[in-house]
Amino acid sequence: MRQDTRMKPESPGSQTVAAAAPAPVAAADAISLRGVGHSYGELQTLAGIELEAPAHEVLGLVGPSGCGKSTLLELICGLQDPGAGTISVGGATSAEARLARCAFMPQRDLLLPWYSAIDNAALALRNQGLGRREARGAAAGLFERFGLAGFEAARPDELSGGMRQRVAFLRTLIAGKPALALDEPFAALDAITRAEMQEWLAAALRTDPRTVVLVTHDVEEALYLCDRVAVLSARPGRIVAELTAPHPRAADRDAAVTEADFVSAREGAMRALREGSR
Amino acid sequence: MRRWLLPLGLIALLLGAWQLAASTGAIANALSLEDFLVPSPAEIASSLWENRGLLAENAWVTLKEILLGILCALAVGVGMAVLMHRWRLLRDAAYPLIVASQTIPVVVIAPILVVWFGYGIGPKIFVVALFCFFPITVNALDGLRSVDPEAVKMMRSLDASRWQRFRRVEAPAALPSLFTGVKIAVVFSPIAAVFAEWVGADSGLGRLIQSDLANYQVARQFAAVVVLSGMALVLIGLTALAERRVVTWR
Repeated sequence: MRQDTRMKPESPGSQTVAAAAPAPVAAADAISLRGVGHSYGELQTLAGIELEAPAHEVLGLVGPSGCGKSTLLELICGLQDPGAGTISVGGATSAEARLARCAFMPQRDLLLPWYSAIDNAALALRNQGLGRREARGAAAGLFERFGLAGFEAARPDELSGGMRQRVAFLRTLIAGKPALALDEPFAALDAITRAEMQEWLAAALRTDPRTVVLVTHDVEEALYLCDRVAVLSARPGRIVAELTAPHPRAADRDAAVTEADFVSAREGAMRALREGSR
Repeated sequence: MRRWLLPLGLIALLLGAWQLAASTGAIANALSLEDFLVPSPAEIASSLWENRGLLAENAWVTLKEILLGILCALAVGVGMAVLMHRWRLLRDAAYPLIVASQTIPVVVIAPILVVWFGYGIGPKIFVVALFCFFPITVNALDGLRSVDPEAVKMMRSLDASRWQRFRRVEAPAALPSLFTGVKIAVVFSPIAAVFAEWVGADSGLGRLIQSDLANYQVARQFAAVVVLSGMALVLIGLTALAERRVVTWR
């Protein structure tokens, strides 16, 4: 077990847990990509990616299947190193340092069936060296705040799809990192649950802002949840358009997505997607 | 209810038929044998009772061989599986050897072991462990390799050290598969122990079965077989129970 990450008052983990109010915006939490390219052997998956996400901005990545969105996400959060270009998360450019600053939420919830809901959520705290009781105590507050109270001891297979996704998001949030990388977090949910979860995530990011990169294949989801949306082309993925969302994380989702400017932004994104897929 | 009643009914039926055939001398006549060579279930039961001290003594010897053999196989097998999972190079080098080791007939190995290590418990433990090593190692390795690579990425991103990844994700994920291996090992271990005793031993159920055969003590021989099967069944039951206690998420 690593002793060096044991929680200190100033360590990132305790910051989140204690944070009832939004943490102060630090410019150091920005994400930036410069000329990023990547290939698997002969196959080039990404080329010349330039992206900028200021601190506490939510940046969306949409693109056709197989365009390298998920790879890009893994590069950003330090699970891989890019073949070309530089990626900086909060000023850190090495993969190891990015990994320490960015928490990754995989496409499937991947809750561990041998742990209860709260132990799944508290996984990062346990990894950071907290004892089981302290970790549970820290996660319990978030369960309360994020509508999961009463389900602390539930086994993952006793939770609904939406709840599993919430626990998975809390697990990512609780790691206490300034940046989050979310890979199609709601792709497996039905339409109604997905809309609910989008509102839930919007509210969660209002109370606990982070710099977020969100990959999705759903243009409407991207435009609702993100401040800006980058559209990627088919392989090798390049940025073909960048749009500014008109009503990011608006409290009334249903009203926001039917506004004229939202609809025209969605059409613009769809057009860029179609052109990029050719 | 049905799950228990049907097999119990069948056992009762078979025992009844055997009792009838043996006590009327039908089997002995058909095979032109002396009656005492074909004991009835009732005779086996009374032999079981009369020889309870002797049987228990020898069963304890065999049980020790089985348990120590399985424990050795578990320690070495799980250790090997973890090392092979951790170091690809070792897996590529050792895996074919482990498969090949399974093709060496124990029938050949056991006598050599007795020559080398004598009549003590050592060679028996070794033979049992040799039998059990393969299913345990292969299943443990399979279990470790079955871990979702996305879960490993998730853990890395949540600050997990290699050890934490192993303890919190890989090891629990491998447990159901490991138990499959242990169950196979438990089923085969009494056979391995009995065989090891046949090659050269001064006590144990296998040794008793062998000497009873030579002395035409057929009823007591059957009684020893009953004890051996009973022991194996209890071990299998205990393994299943342990699995249910440990792997609570299935």
